[in-house]
Amino acid sequence: MTGRHDHPAEAGAMAGRVLELRDVTRVHGAGQARVHALRGISLSVEAGELVAVMGPSGSGKTTLLSLAGGLDRPSAGAVVVEGTTLGALSPRELARLRRRSIGYVFQELNLVPALTAAENVMLPRELDGVPTRRARAEAVAALDEVGIGELADRFPDDMSGGQQQRVAIARALIGDRRLVLADEPTGALDSETGEAVLRLLRARCDAGAAGMLVTHEARHAGWADRVVFLRDGVVVDQTEALPGADSLLIDEGTR
Amino acid sequence: MSIRHGLLTLLDRRPMYGYQLRTEFEASTGSTWPLNVGQVYTTLSRLERDGLVRSVDGNQEGQRTYAITDVGRAEVTAWFATPVPRENAPRDELAIKLALAVSTPGVDVSAVIQAQRTATVRAMQQYTRLKNTARADDLAWLLVIDSLVFGAEAEVRWLDHCEARLARHHTRDRPVARPVALPDDEEAVRR
Repeated sequence: MTGRHDHPAEAGAMAGRVLELRDVTRVHGAGQARVHALRGISLSVEAGELVAVMGPSGSGKTTLLSLAGGLDRPSAGAVVVEGTTLGALSPRELARLRRRSIGYVFQELNLVPALTAAENVMLPRELDGVPTRRARAEAVAALDEVGIGELADRFPDDMSGGQQQRVAIARALIGDRRLVLADEPTGALDSETGEAVLRLLRARCDAGAAGMLVTHEARHAGWADRVVFLRDGVVVDQTEALPGADSLLIDEGTR
Repeated sequence: MSIRHGLLTLLDRRPMYGYQLRTEFEASTGSTWPLNVGQVYTTLSRLERDGLVRSVDGNQEGQRTYAITDVGRAEVTAWFATPVPRENAPRDELAIKLALAVSTPGVDVSAVIQAQRTATVRAMQQYTRLKNTARADDLAWLLVIDSLVFGAEAEVRWLDHCEARLARHHTRDRPVARPVALPDDEEAVRR
């Protein structure tokens, strides 16, 4: 529209585009029972960008996130993460890319109760062959980033729900992953603790990660740069980009 | 919004003149309710007439300074103790628009709902950005932004509810007609 050269569509093909879904379709079941969960979705997320996907139950949003994270494969179309087409990878290569490049924050935290907070967070790094001492240092740094560095040696059962959620987020952020995927990440947390979770996600994207957040709550989608509305497996609408930070600073100045 | 009670509460802190009141009012509500000086002076003269404030000596520039009276203090206490009444009838333009949309032939109600949802979520993004850039110790301003955020959230939830209700209504009372027929749908139906 503005004819600027830094339009994401052009710049993204180079370094900025972390996630790209190209005409992705996902069909569950076969024959009479065939259900189209997604029908030809094209969507990309740039580095530094947080995109929220909103839609009612059954709109396909969780399927979309699973495909983006390589936890599920599309029936047609391609999922590209940091320039790599996931469908072209062997299961082993895919598992490795998932551990190194993608962080997941799900409603179910999946923390291992027999491991401390730090051990839970360092687990994916150790699986990746990082030496224990370094993995632990990274884990403590990640826990610091989410504000609970002092709880590193505590077990999940001895932590509040909000603290456990932070451990799960630290685990998603460790190792400098460039793509963070979140599915209703605030779970049953109260509104203020939930907001802290969204703030962390926002801060991570501001620091250069690409984020995709699936939610049915407008209050959470508000943290995104762009909100995509999904219905019956298709994108029905999306919000226009917000004005740049400059114009908001001017608003601030008038207060 | 009761400007009257707002100004009275500010005068309970210390005596002020009109321009000061306007500035403080806007500062403590995050400029969400801009006042003009005329409104401030009209309100002050009514407050004075009702005995809730009295004018005291002006300052060097000859501006009249107002101070709260005991009756005024009692009014402030009563105001904080009384819940704000909700409107009895929904006078909200959006509620009226949707009510008319469902009863007007040829209006695509789903499209009306989605257009509103997109606009409200976008407003939510703007409020959230303001919240994210607000100073953490600016409690008054943060509370005002939260009020806007929760108001927008309620509207989106209500729109979701309307949409679900509409879908139920259609499947019950009418033959199933999907607004957009995708090629895939037809295929699925034929099989």
